[in-house]
Amino acid sequence: MEILAAVLISVIGAATPLLFAAVGELVVEKSGVLNLGVEGMMVLGAVGAFAVTLTTGSATLGILAGAAAGAAMALVFALLTLTLLANQVASGLALTIFGIGASALLGRSFVGMPVTRLPQLDLPGLGDLAIIGPLLFGHDVLVYLSILSIPLTIWFLERSRAGLVLRAIGESHQAAHALGHPVILVRYLALLFGGAMAGLGGAYLSLAYTPMWAENMTAGRGWIALALVVFATWRPGRLLSGAYLFGGITVAQLHVQGFGFAIPSQFLSMLPYVATIAVLVAISADGTRARLNAPASLGRIFHPEA
Amino acid sequence: MAERGVPARLQLRGITKQFPGCLANDHIDLTLGPGEIHALLGENGAGKSTLVKIIYGILRADGGDIKWDGQPVSIASPSQARRLGIAMVFQHFSLFESMTVAENVALGLDHGAGLDALSARVGEVGRRYGLALAPEKVVHDLSVGERQRVEIVRCLMQEPRLLIMDEPTSVLTPGEAEALFITLRQLADEGCTILYISHKLQEIRALCDRATVLRAGRVVATCDPRQETARDLARLMIGEDFSQASKTAGGPCGAARLQVRGLNMAAAAIHGTAITGIEFEVAAGEILGIAGVAGNGQNTLLAALSGEQLCPNAGDIRIDDQDAGDLGPRRRRRLGLAFVPEERLGHGAVPEMSLTDNALLTGYERQDLLSRGSIMFPRTRDYAQRIVKSFQVVTGSIGSHAGSLSGGNLQKFIIGRELLQQPKVLVVAHPTWGVDAGAAAAIHTALLDLARQGAAILVVSQDLDELLQISDRFAVLSEGRLSECMVTAAADIGRIGLLMGGQATGHGRENGGERRAAQT
Repeated sequence: MEILAAVLISVIGAATPLLFAAVGELVVEKSGVLNLGVEGMMVLGAVGAFAVTLTTGSATLGILAGAAAGAAMALVFALLTLTLLANQVASGLALTIFGIGASALLGRSFVGMPVTRLPQLDLPGLGDLAIIGPLLFGHDVLVYLSILSIPLTIWFLERSRAGLVLRAIGESHQAAHALGHPVILVRYLALLFGGAMAGLGGAYLSLAYTPMWAENMTAGRGWIALALVVFATWRPGRLLSGAYLFGGITVAQLHVQGFGFAIPSQFLSMLPYVATIAVLVAISADGTRARLNAPASLGRIFHPEA
Repeated sequence: MAERGVPARLQLRGITKQFPGCLANDHIDLTLGPGEIHALLGENGAGKSTLVKIIYGILRADGGDIKWDGQPVSIASPSQARRLGIAMVFQHFSLFESMTVAENVALGLDHGAGLDALSARVGEVGRRYGLALAPEKVVHDLSVGERQRVEIVRCLMQEPRLLIMDEPTSVLTPGEAEALFITLRQLADEGCTILYISHKLQEIRALCDRATVLRAGRVVATCDPRQETARDLARLMIGEDFSQASKTAGGPCGAARLQVRGLNMAAAAIHGTAITGIEFEVAAGEILGIAGVAGNGQNTLLAALSGEQLCPNAGDIRIDDQDAGDLGPRRRRRLGLAFVPEERLGHGAVPEMSLTDNALLTGYERQDLLSRGSIMFPRTRDYAQRIVKSFQVVTGSIGSHAGSLSGGNLQKFIIGRELLQQPKVLVVAHPTWGVDAGAAAAIHTALLDLARQGAAILVVSQDLDELLQISDRFAVLSEGRLSECMVTAAADIGRIGLLMGGQATGHGRENGGERRAAQT
């Protein structure tokens, strides 16, 4: 039982950064923009959060810095694709490559230095309950924030007028423009939100998951987050289960190795990616459903005067 | 219908809008009275769309002023236009496919109301104007006519005092159009002003109280369309008398070039109509028209003829006495077939490709544009240039994207592309749909010329006037079955109306009014 609890707790750790980045990207894609730079925004968020925490000693400032670094990267992307009308796929890939390089450069002096792990929110008494105690309580603030972001996003997209406008813009930017909705502004805001969320995911990695900085420490999590959005067919509710499923696979890989199964570790590290592809294929089999929920303007450049 | 002493609902004076390289609106004056149905007429590119976009706040005018109820206003955005009481139904639907009717309506309103309250009001407005809609339905599942109802209801929810309609009937069946006119007349009687943009002159004569005619960005006339003939209106739009193409007395026709024998096909699309027992022949030098309301199997028949869907038997379709039923589109083209589909963008042309590339796509074989597999660009450009020139396609250059051309110009380009290949058999769907009168006359002339040169032409169209004008014989397609062919010159209009209307009762919206299509 103890082991099970430990495993489940490590699943939470693995799922949280995915959840942050995927929620952000989901909102971005719902507005009709495809930002493939999630990995780059995440890794810059990680180094930003780590650097500020290390120099100021404040984890709060660090978290904010992580979000700000991600948002700053997203702002560059927004400028390129929304104002200068550059291709979104190419710009997104460039953003990832840039983020990985820039973070390695900025983080050179931080390699190997320690920060104190993000404090756990201890509720007296509750954390001591058997199994569900450590499972439900005693996590750090970012874990709760990531889970809380799901109902908030559902409410925003499904229940609020601003969310309705955002979905409409993702569905048909021309029609939304004709009705007088501010396409560019909404997409800027969505991208900034997506960047900040990816930055938070990165901050979680460098402040809580493994409280240290290592070059390229996101290790492809940004890409998994992108796949998660498709996996969830753009529904935030499914994103939660998806993130925990993928987090689980990541962790399972470690534990299987720990139990000494004679499988080469490389195969096991492939698991999350193989699972991603398998799930994407399974989802695409029911094409009409995925298409109906997918934002129809996704990745298309918007020329206001047309 | 304008009452004296009441200020005009909308008064435009000297509206001017300059685009790079073209003066879209040149000092336009327009006055709309309360409760008036006012037509805005003009050819493609005459500046109608620019003008209504200025009225609706999507574009800003460079000069001129706007008065609303006698008060000077400046309309900076669509939401400001809506606050004044201006609503607009767009030519291409501005609906969001994956959203429900209620959500779509909410997006057109400026203040968020609860969706439940909104749904109730959608039902209420719908009942009042005979526009039944289910608010919880997703737009994706609606028919074209229902989608337009959503657009109109969305406008009516704002209780507009000016409703702008940009070519609303171009996508409707005659029955649906008739129902729309009833709604519009009811609205006008309640005091709402309607600005109605259309190419269809008959429609304007039936519906509108006044008409303003634009040509090359200027107002050239304001008249009462009920006092003018369609021909007079067309002349005003084009600025010169145009020779209306008409067939010369049909001499004896040559041998049959296109033969269809007992063709049965299942529907190609989910909501398509199957066709059964189709039989006809088109001889050299002949134009055969196929009339009928859209959705009666036209798409299935066209797919079978073009080769996009292979026929069950090779002998079902014969081109110049060779079995072609089992051949795909490329091999049928080799036999001399050319095809102009109904859908221009995405089917007839690739919107994101240049005109040159689009010319290549169907012309490479018969125009010899390839040399050992590589494209010969000088020849291809020359071919595109010839199309643009011979068919007077208005475009910046042959490097322009097909999608940037207006509908009429693109249609001229596509028809030109096929005609210059000197086909032996030409299948054309809706050749002048959404095309202005001048371009339509040019297209008709070109089709008649081609027939005179010995080609067999099949025209599928909803426009009965067009078929009566250019075809030698024609038949009516109804619920997937083709009537016997009639000689056009001896055709009985009443009988055609009955053949076409045979299924019209099935639409459930027949209102006892006469079919205008049959009143030529």
